Amino acid sequence: MQKTQPMGQVLTLFEKIWRSHVVMERDDGVSLLYVDLHLVQDGSAPAFEMLHQRQIKVRVPSKTFGTPDHYIPTLGRNLSTIRDPEKRAMAKALEDDCDKHHIPFFGLQDSRQGIIHVIAPEQGLSQPGQLIVCGDSHTGTHGAFGALAFGIGASEVAHVLATQVVWQQKPLTMRINIEGTLGKGVTAKDIILAIIGKIGVAGAVGHAIEYTGQTIRDLSIQERMTVCNMSIEAGGRTGMIAPDEKAFEWLKDKPFSPKGSDWEVALKGWRNLFSDSAAVFNQVVQMRGEEISPMVTWGNSPEDVLPIDGIVPFPADAPNSVKRQSIENAEAYMGLIPGQKLTEIKIDHVFIGSCTNGRIEDLRSAAAVVKDRHVAQGVQAWVVPGSGLVKRQAEQEGLDQIFMSAGFQWREPGCSMCLGTNGDQVPAGQRCASTSNRNFVGRQGPGSRTHLMSPAMAAAAAVTGRLTDVRNLI
Amino acid sequence: MEKFETLQGVVLPLDKVNIDTDQILPARYLQKPRANNFGDYLFKDVRHDGNGLLRPEFVLNQAAYVGAQIMLANDNFGCGSSREHAVWAIYDGGFRAVIAPSFGDIFFNNALKNGLLPIRLAKSEVMSLFSLAQQNPETQVVIDLVAQTVVASPDFCVRFEIDNFSKRCFLEGIDELGYTLSLLPQIEAFERKQLS
Repeated sequence: MQKTQPMGQVLTLFEKIWRSHVVMERDDGVSLLYVDLHLVQDGSAPAFEMLHQRQIKVRVPSKTFGTPDHYIPTLGRNLSTIRDPEKRAMAKALEDDCDKHHIPFFGLQDSRQGIIHVIAPEQGLSQPGQLIVCGDSHTGTHGAFGALAFGIGASEVAHVLATQVVWQQKPLTMRINIEGTLGKGVTAKDIILAIIGKIGVAGAVGHAIEYTGQTIRDLSIQERMTVCNMSIEAGGRTGMIAPDEKAFEWLKDKPFSPKGSDWEVALKGWRNLFSDSAAVFNQVVQMRGEEISPMVTWGNSPEDVLPIDGIVPFPADAPNSVKRQSIENAEAYMGLIPGQKLTEIKIDHVFIGSCTNGRIEDLRSAAAVVKDRHVAQGVQAWVVPGSGLVKRQAEQEGLDQIFMSAGFQWREPGCSMCLGTNGDQVPAGQRCASTSNRNFVGRQGPGSRTHLMSPAMAAAAAVTGRLTDVRNLI
Repeated sequence: MEKFETLQGVVLPLDKVNIDTDQILPARYLQKPRANNFGDYLFKDVRHDGNGLLRPEFVLNQAAYVGAQIMLANDNFGCGSSREHAVWAIYDGGFRAVIAPSFGDIFFNNALKNGLLPIRLAKSEVMSLFSLAQQNPETQVVIDLVAQTVVASPDFCVRFEIDNFSKRCFLEGIDELGYTLSLLPQIEAFERKQLS
């Protein structure tokens, strides 16, 4: 599928994938792109409803894949336990719609079910060079394999279901290059939070990001997924990393990966997926791995982020009145005092999970901190594995025992407390150390206060009861 | 989709950067079917305090801007979650256009598909509109889609860009799915080429 480029063409990775998916271009420059993989979850009911109203069938069910994650309970595996009838209907609708349209589907009883952005890579559905869409803004996750993957809205989901194509204005390109080695206790989550802190939540609006450099190449596939996952929090249309041997190793023998001679053919194409050395990006950002610290957010935007040894900012230090007002609002909402040390902030909840940090390496990293310690008094701490397979793997390694004996709840996979659509919410006024991706006002429930951080940092917060520099515990 | 040619009225000035779709439409309403009036949930937790009372300081609650069909916002409006419900909430709340210096990419596309015209203007132009609307809430703003202009006073007439296809969809009140379905032969040809 990846066509070799004509001689002399110098292209970015993004451009190579984009070009190989253009079905046609309108005279206004908007392109019709072919979708190789369309992921659907239990938020997709409005899109299916649009199809049903027009009596249209799903055009290519085999390139569509579904699993429920947003509305499902994390204390059991039975839809009937969802008390709210509208929420139960959302989860049930996906099951019925996938059945009706013959879409491959992992239901709640299937041990392979999980958060869609965790299980598609786990199953080998997400592959290099593919164009992947999903009605969820964290679809950039799959860019960790060198795919062009982006989130779409409900009307676009309906459009892709009906046609297998999507209209897109071509984004600009941004290269974020990070060289050097990460310090102790610094993780992929800290990298992406530091990027967002540097360029801002609008920094990459209208751009497709490619992450490059030694620091990125040194990351595991799971860590790369964490980085790509939060590209949207920098405003990026998508984030991607050129696939290498680590990506190919991950994909080998996965259930949906190409097999036999198809594997060899695919691999040959995948090896062409990199930005040519002379390729030009619209923007380039340079960073150093050594300069990144364990990060935590203090406010209500992912760009409100600081190294853990920092202090709550003074509004008066803001560069302009709009920013000053936004700092004041955030500190009032978050119940913080300017000048307060971040490590003095006490927490009530800990949430380890989500499409950002719900993978086995995330749980290992948190468990390493929790081992032989106990959750601080008064803190409610949860681990919600990203998938049934992550959960099983963790149990085989005894991680569940480490968490439970420390006082954590060990739950069933789903999106859970990242956005609380299933009812797993942080109560108003309470503070949560969370490995999720958004700290917006009310994100984890009305009045909830979210601090974003890595799994190791969330584990450190759980055992001390306050935001904590994990480097002091490892 | 509803037809859109011109729109005249007062604007609601929402002068805050990075307004995310979680603010516009909180996640706890996402399971509601489209038949609901999502305008009831528009900025639900920003409009109300913890006791469910309207916050008078929030512009959407101020009498001067009742009936506004044009929303004026600042940088990166509609960032965050892909929820199309955010657009439905603004649309059901009576708005037909949003003007901002920049938008979240997904929000922008969602708006185009639901008859809510997203207009990008230069930051300085948006700031001028804010001063006009804040100084005199009765300021009439005219959006002319045919001419692609926003006019707010004798001194304020600016042009905006929109792709031809979206413009046609708005002017004729059609959506793009019908058009794409007419392109099936091209899509099938692409699929054959991909397999070969």
